[in-house]
Amino acid sequence: MKTELMSANYAAARSAVSARVEVVAAYPITPATTVPEQVALLNEKGIFKGQFIRVESEHSAIFACIGASSTGARAFTATSSNGLLYMDEGLHWAAAARLPIVVNNVNRSVSPSWNIHVSHDDSYSKRDTGWIQFYVASVDELYHTLIQSFKLAEDERVLMPVLVNSDGFVLSHTVSTFDYLEPEEVDKFLPPYSPPHYVMDPENPVSMGNIVFPEFYEEFRYGMHEGTHNAAKVYKEVEKDYKKLFGKYFGGPIDCYMCDDAEVVFTSQGSMGAEAKDAVSELREEGYKVGNARIRMIRPFPTDEIRKLGGRVKAFASFDRGVSYGFGGPVANDIRSTLYHTEHRPMVKSYIGGLGGRDMTVTDIKEVILDTVKAVESGELGPEETWHDLLE
Amino acid sequence: MPKTSYSKPMIGATGETGSWRTFDPVVDYDECNRCRTCWLHCPEAVITLDEDGTPHTDYDYCKGCGICAQVCPKKCIEMVRTDERKRRTGEV
Repeated sequence: MKTELMSANYAAARSAVSARVEVVAAYPITPATTVPEQVALLNEKGIFKGQFIRVESEHSAIFACIGASSTGARAFTATSSNGLLYMDEGLHWAAAARLPIVVNNVNRSVSPSWNIHVSHDDSYSKRDTGWIQFYVASVDELYHTLIQSFKLAEDERVLMPVLVNSDGFVLSHTVSTFDYLEPEEVDKFLPPYSPPHYVMDPENPVSMGNIVFPEFYEEFRYGMHEGTHNAAKVYKEVEKDYKKLFGKYFGGPIDCYMCDDAEVVFTSQGSMGAEAKDAVSELREEGYKVGNARIRMIRPFPTDEIRKLGGRVKAFASFDRGVSYGFGGPVANDIRSTLYHTEHRPMVKSYIGGLGGRDMTVTDIKEVILDTVKAVESGELGPEETWHDLLE
Repeated sequence: MPKTSYSKPMIGATGETGSWRTFDPVVDYDECNRCRTCWLHCPEAVITLDEDGTPHTDYDYCKGCGICAQVCPKKCIEMVRTDERKRRTGEV
């Protein structure tokens, strides 16, 4: 392990080297472009030893990965926003074909209005595809989560693809240190992918994506649900191994900070969760019993962890950098439904903001947390949903 | 249950798909010159050839698309309603 200094996108490209990815098929889109750009460069230098396939669209990129993964190859790609949306059909296909592809989605707002900065709407809209979803808060976490994702996706109990989300520009183009692992080091953790079911092989042909009529279709869908559910348990094992081998641990599905005795817990996804640590530290100094729960995994949703946390706090201040139009904050609503069948149901206040890359500073986060603190103190929930910093 | 749907190549993996048919190709063997054009174009590969090139359609799997009739240079493949063909051959 050695310390390198790179942007999150370059580090993502390095993860393809470390994990001995065999096929990368990608199409450029800001802010993900420098991921495949760097993979191409590393390929030219002979550092990335897999195949780099240039394709004409994101739709083709994901389907080239599907083809590669169907032959038993380890496949990876990166995209953003409209690119991820253009992959949609392939995302559903990869999940239902149980192909352990890993994609780095560099979160970017969806158009129109045209905007290249971060919102989580692109990946939120993919929650129901079956893909496991992570949100990371640092360059180091992105690099190591990508490597962990291959192990998780390829586990026979899971066998589902993984989307690792990193905030556009805030992470993608921000240079920071991370601990790089040589492929020889990762070998101890990640063996070559060996598919437990069919592979496409001209010597032993199979037909995939066959017609399945009502007699069995539902059972295949149940299998997907089980696979994604199992990821919660399997990821714990993956993290344990990873910590033992490399000393790296990012907090499980929810990275909790000062949550033990907290009355109000702030939840968020992505890089804002790192910023929120500072906000919580400052509020603690000011005497508020608050904590920070950075939600790293939204599918499978960490219901056990949320219920455990919900059992001891008075309120959640749940921040979403995206919207389910007509219903509200996607993760806030997931937290609410997770807590519905529990005895102790704390307040869940939903906040939406930081859209289109609008900066969410420590001051903003403190303001949000204090709004929930006020609700707890007064005993009045107030508005269920607040759009933070919304102009008149 | 396998994890996902896939099959090994075999005859009739999805049942006898010939039941999907409405029209059946019927070759007029007096006119047919054994050119094999129909055999070459059949998307389901259900046309087999005798040694002299005489085509035979496997009605268990032919889906009745009519491509063979379209491409036949001699226009000697007629698409006939399934029940009509069966009446002609005495199957019904």
